[in-house]
Amino acid sequence: MSAITGHFSYWVTVFLMVAGLYIIISRTNLLKKLIGLAILQTSVYLLYIAPGKLIGGTAPIIADGFSSYSNPLPHVLILTAIVVGVATLALGLALVVRIREAYGTIEEDEILGQED
Amino acid sequence: MLEHLPALQVVLPLVAAPLIVLARHRGFAWLATTAVSYLCLVIAILLASRVMEGGAVSYAIGNWPPPWGIEYRVDALSSFVLVLVALTASFVAPYAHRSIAAEVPAERHYILYAMYCLCLAGLLGITITGDAFNVFVFLEISSLAMYVLIALGKRRKALVAAYQYMLMGTVGATFYVIGVGLLYLMTGTLNLADMAERLRAVEDVRPVLAALAFITVGIGLKLALFPLHQWLPNAYAYAPSMVTAFLAATATKVSVYVLLRFYFGVFDPSALFERLPMREVFIALSVAAMLSASLVAFYEQDVKRLFAWSSVAQIGYITLGIGLDNQASLTGSITHLLNHGVTKGAIFVLLGAVALRSGAISVSVASLSGLGRRMPLTAFGLVIAGLSLVGIPGTAGFISKWYLIVGALERGMWWVVAVIVGASIIAVGYVWRVVEAAYLHPAQGATPVRHEAPAGMLAAALGMVILCVYFGIETSFSVGAARDAALLLLGGAR
Repeated sequence: MSAITGHFSYWVTVFLMVAGLYIIISRTNLLKKLIGLAILQTSVYLLYIAPGKLIGGTAPIIADGFSSYSNPLPHVLILTAIVVGVATLALGLALVVRIREAYGTIEEDEILGQED
Repeated sequence: MLEHLPALQVVLPLVAAPLIVLARHRGFAWLATTAVSYLCLVIAILLASRVMEGGAVSYAIGNWPPPWGIEYRVDALSSFVLVLVALTASFVAPYAHRSIAAEVPAERHYILYAMYCLCLAGLLGITITGDAFNVFVFLEISSLAMYVLIALGKRRKALVAAYQYMLMGTVGATFYVIGVGLLYLMTGTLNLADMAERLRAVEDVRPVLAALAFITVGIGLKLALFPLHQWLPNAYAYAPSMVTAFLAATATKVSVYVLLRFYFGVFDPSALFERLPMREVFIALSVAAMLSASLVAFYEQDVKRLFAWSSVAQIGYITLGIGLDNQASLTGSITHLLNHGVTKGAIFVLLGAVALRSGAISVSVASLSGLGRRMPLTAFGLVIAGLSLVGIPGTAGFISKWYLIVGALERGMWWVVAVIVGASIIAVGYVWRVVEAAYLHPAQGATPVRHEAPAGMLAAALGMVILCVYFGIETSFSVGAARDAALLLLGGAR
């Protein structure tokens, strides 16, 4: 039982990771591939954040009455990773818009079928 | 001022990019980019000479001492890669002016230069930083800029190539950051040197092995390790010429640097290569890359794609040296970073000149006919760089292949020597196709008129060709620094 409940956040992380990768590989729609990419990146946020949290822990400010602190570093790292993720997604969407203008479709097989 | 050189190395191009976007002026953008590239080269050389004299330079960003703050660390290996990146940039930037005029609409030039500066900042940042997460951030800065640069290509296929590269590159970077996350969970530190020490206690725990797998695959995607190379031929073929030259000479090389850092500087190399089957994996994949990609190149009709496939094969040589894991082979690998960077950079710079004068949307092998008469200097440059690609004595390519062969012999692997020679013979084949078309095939149509590339482009291109020969004869910098770096990696890597 504890293998599931004790590692609950990891199970969710792994599920999201695999789901994201599967979408990227299996879909031919360029937009759906980007959705898969976003899910994959989200799983990483969870991988970092979840172990940094102590249940009952507070922000690491030394004060009377508080003895257990959550690790702030993963949060800061993931803030950066989220910014990177947003930038990647924005660029990806911009590319999809341009591809649609140039090819008239966002289905990968139809694009690869068209001659230059 | 001088003690801040490591920070300036990254900050200069990083600051130049927004300034270029604000100014929105083509001429200013070009001047700023060229100036920044030269300054970066000066800084890289100053840093390299300081490392050669007094050992590694450590710089604490914001004065937060490592391992708490982000450390910039310049040692024998990183200074070598810094010089490679800055050297390529300072050849490509002045050349870009004429090259992109024909390939990119004028109103987008300033964007191209801004992205080029960002990409340069990212690549230099990956190399100089001693912090695992910082590597990821710079990796994404350089990669995002790179996707935009590729998408600026003239043909609409450039968009699809950029999208595919973006997808695979982002998956690669995400895998890398998963690996770093697992290592962080096990060690509680992100400083690479600190991480290496703390990892010794938990070497065989499963998360560390998982981290190794994620980092290997993630960086493998970025460096186009066979069979993760599918993005490379299209990205190289459809990007603007100057972008291809810059990308081919630097991006994959910097990723190899990250792999070297992790394999020899963070993980325990003896565990990797003795207890885990990494040697067999790397040798097998490298051999497959060298043979199969060379064969594909031999049958390719588009010249840019031909040399892109040859890049996949050449990356095989570099990873082969990692797999052989001894001092000679690593010296060969690290030297090949520079030698192949210069050689491939020269080839793509020259092909950019050919594309400019032919005006065609793509350059096929057949359309090179008569090039020896139309553009004698460019064609001659292609021959020299081609010889360096093959590894003829007296050129840069020979030196690194020599060390790889010595490394293979030290391991007693005769069949690997045979593969190195065999792949080089196939390289003779595809380089010969280009030479044959340029010199022996009669030109199509009327008698060819001599129409050489513009002087500025030609100067940059021939400069790189001269470097191909220079590094083949005078090896005190290339092999000397690479040997120091190999010793550093094998001697516990601090």
